[in-house]
Amino acid sequence: MGDEANREEYIVQMKKIDKVYSNGVAANQGVDFNLKKGEIHALMGENGAGKSTLMKMLFGMEQPTSGEIVINGESTVLSSPSVAIAKGIGMVHQHFMLVPSLSVAENVVLGMVPKKGLFIDKEKAVEITRQNAEKYNLHVEPEMRVADIPVGMKQKVEILKALVRGARILILDEPTAVLTAQETEELFRELTALKKEGYTVVFISHKLNEIKEITDRITIMRNGRSMGVYETKDVSKEDISRLMVGRDVILNVQKDAAKPTDVVLKVRNLEYVNEWNKKMLDKVSFDVRKGEILGIAGVEGNGQKELIDMLFNLNVPDAGEATVNGKSVIGKPQAKIREMGVSLVPEDRMLYGIAAQASIEENVISDRCAKKELNKGPLFHMGAIHKLSEQLVKDYTVLCKSPAQQVGMLSGGNIQKVVVAREFSNDPSLILADQPTRGIDVGATEFIRKKLVELSRSGIAVLLVSADLAEVMELSDSLIVMHNGRIVAYFQDTGTLSDEEMGEYMLGLKEQTPEEIRRVCHD
Amino acid sequence: MSNLLSNMLSPGFFFSIFRISAPILYATLAAIVVEKAGFANIGLEGLMMFSALFGSLASYYSQSWLVGFLVALLVGVGMSLLMGFFAFQLETDIILVGIAVNLMGSGGTLFLCKIITDITEGKAMASTTGLITSKLCIPNINIPVIRSIPFIGRVLSGHSLLTYTAFLMCILTSIMLYRTSLGLNIRAVGENANAAASVGVSVLKIKYIAIAFSGLMSGFGGAFMSMSYAQGWSQDMVAGRGFIALAAQAMGGGECLGGMFSSLLFGFAQALGIKFSSVGLDSNLASPIPYAITIISLAIFGFVRISRAKKPKVAA
Repeated sequence: MGDEANREEYIVQMKKIDKVYSNGVAANQGVDFNLKKGEIHALMGENGAGKSTLMKMLFGMEQPTSGEIVINGESTVLSSPSVAIAKGIGMVHQHFMLVPSLSVAENVVLGMVPKKGLFIDKEKAVEITRQNAEKYNLHVEPEMRVADIPVGMKQKVEILKALVRGARILILDEPTAVLTAQETEELFRELTALKKEGYTVVFISHKLNEIKEITDRITIMRNGRSMGVYETKDVSKEDISRLMVGRDVILNVQKDAAKPTDVVLKVRNLEYVNEWNKKMLDKVSFDVRKGEILGIAGVEGNGQKELIDMLFNLNVPDAGEATVNGKSVIGKPQAKIREMGVSLVPEDRMLYGIAAQASIEENVISDRCAKKELNKGPLFHMGAIHKLSEQLVKDYTVLCKSPAQQVGMLSGGNIQKVVVAREFSNDPSLILADQPTRGIDVGATEFIRKKLVELSRSGIAVLLVSADLAEVMELSDSLIVMHNGRIVAYFQDTGTLSDEEMGEYMLGLKEQTPEEIRRVCHD
Repeated sequence: MSNLLSNMLSPGFFFSIFRISAPILYATLAAIVVEKAGFANIGLEGLMMFSALFGSLASYYSQSWLVGFLVALLVGVGMSLLMGFFAFQLETDIILVGIAVNLMGSGGTLFLCKIITDITEGKAMASTTGLITSKLCIPNINIPVIRSIPFIGRVLSGHSLLTYTAFLMCILTSIMLYRTSLGLNIRAVGENANAAASVGVSVLKIKYIAIAFSGLMSGFGGAFMSMSYAQGWSQDMVAGRGFIALAAQAMGGGECLGGMFSSLLFGFAQALGIKFSSVGLDSNLASPIPYAITIISLAIFGFVRISRAKKPKVAA
């Protein structure tokens, strides 16, 4: 009787799903997950909680070790994404699955190209894209190259791709991670409209506000297990975070007013044109002082990455100057820059932050392995190294078996903790924190944010770049906004700013006068 | 010197540029397509050697150039699929597979030639040059009307069938890459394999098709070498064309038209080398000329590209 009712109610049922990877990691243990037709369902959990694994199984990218997947009342084996697509399941990945050099239309029809004889019917492809864009109210430019369109539009292309293939169930993996406030709102409107049409949406996110705003039900996961399914309206944000991390997380960063003193980082008129002739930095000038956190807000791809690259000599500007405590960093080897007291928490931790195959210990000493106290003649002083790494693992609460464990085996949050353990502990005078909490769990995020505040209050200059608006607004003492490679606004005090106002600057709708912006140079 | 110049301005010289470029162009097209699919096939040299050997052998045993030609294509495609099996399914590094094919293409073909034909006399290396008569070569085509145009007729007409198909293939490959769904899939797989896979394009299948295409082109190139460029197969007769093609692919910006011009440039360099030796320059001096031109042109090309990439920056 109960089963009969369920068959009516649920379009997807994942029952007692176990997933053990070949390396022995149990990513899912006895997980139950279900979807009702026409709901927006949040899937929440810390990094490494098994959300992605679960959704990969629903999209046919991974196979469950045991358990059953029932779609529309039928037990189904989803052996590949193609099978899942045929069953009406579509997934929008966190890292977009788009081909940059192809047009929007070509990306939309890829794998199901309309033909005119032997050839691709490009007009038809554009037509299909345009029709569907109108039908689902997802505005895209069919003929533009994907490489040239903004992130928000790329996401719409991804959603369109799924819908054009007949998806009735959409899985969105952290869809708002890269969007501005306005773009997020737009996305929510579009998702709500889809829901009204009977589409089902799975929404993976770490952002509690968004979950509360848009979803109907929530499945919370922790350590590979489901912590239960809840009606969104019945649970508070505090409840959710408690279920996710098993303790209360303070959502507001506590910090005293900054007392900035001398200028540490001084950037003047930095200019850079990238290899595709796009001006990524246009006369960028600002100062970061001792004891303050200067935030850089902006939609990704507006020059933030290039700016950090210049400051750590991962790239060389066409013109301009950047000094740390009066000494230029432009074109200096990274070892020299580090000697000047500059630390970098890089945006891409797997590429620049760590060596995944090496141990935690090797990673934390990688910037200081030549230091006297860690060496005994020509050899390492292993005792001192063990002591240091154990101390750092403890201080930064890195969850691991031992410091000898491979970094690549840790969860995203713990990997990032290893990075900050190294970067924060080498007595820096300037910390460049580029997306320091991207895609990591609530606990690690909280920890890193607190550390940044603590360090800045101890007299370190912090430059914080973040695509997470809440983060950059909550953590920063003052804030600059970048748009199209330029600084378009400077706010001395972040306390009074609203998200909407920020969004307008970030999207280039508003701009301050040069005089207002120049206040960020404390000459 | 004036002797050389008058020699160079002869229709025969221009004719030879096209003739020499053709096998390079085939290999360049092979390199272009696999590069678009996201990997490199450095084994083109070896593939051409095998195709050249088996093409000439098959034409001898069947006494038909057409059979020989088709066998050359078959061997090229078959071996490239084998390369794909090792690289894609047994997950061997594709570069190592390429090196293995090249080494086999050098020593293995000689071995096979000896085994199959039992031709070696004294210290002479085995070869099929004695077996292939002009009847067994790919036929030359005289184009009506064009052949009677002075000068141009002698440059453009009378080429081997495979010289014409080389340039035809260049156009067809470009159309395949940019106008067909196969080409779209190849480019998508090469640029973002996950994206292609996520919409149900079989990445493995596309990679196999791409490497088979490179084998097919190598088959054309190999057949041309042993059944048109020379009469019969001899050791190391491909002489680095498979590698020069990799340079031509890069120099041509990975596109068919650019690859064609690069192939022609290399063809010109080799033709020049031959001319130099024909006017009496010591062959030890003349033979490095094409390679010197290869290096110099690559350097110039690289320099131009870098300065072109930098220049607008100053303007902006």
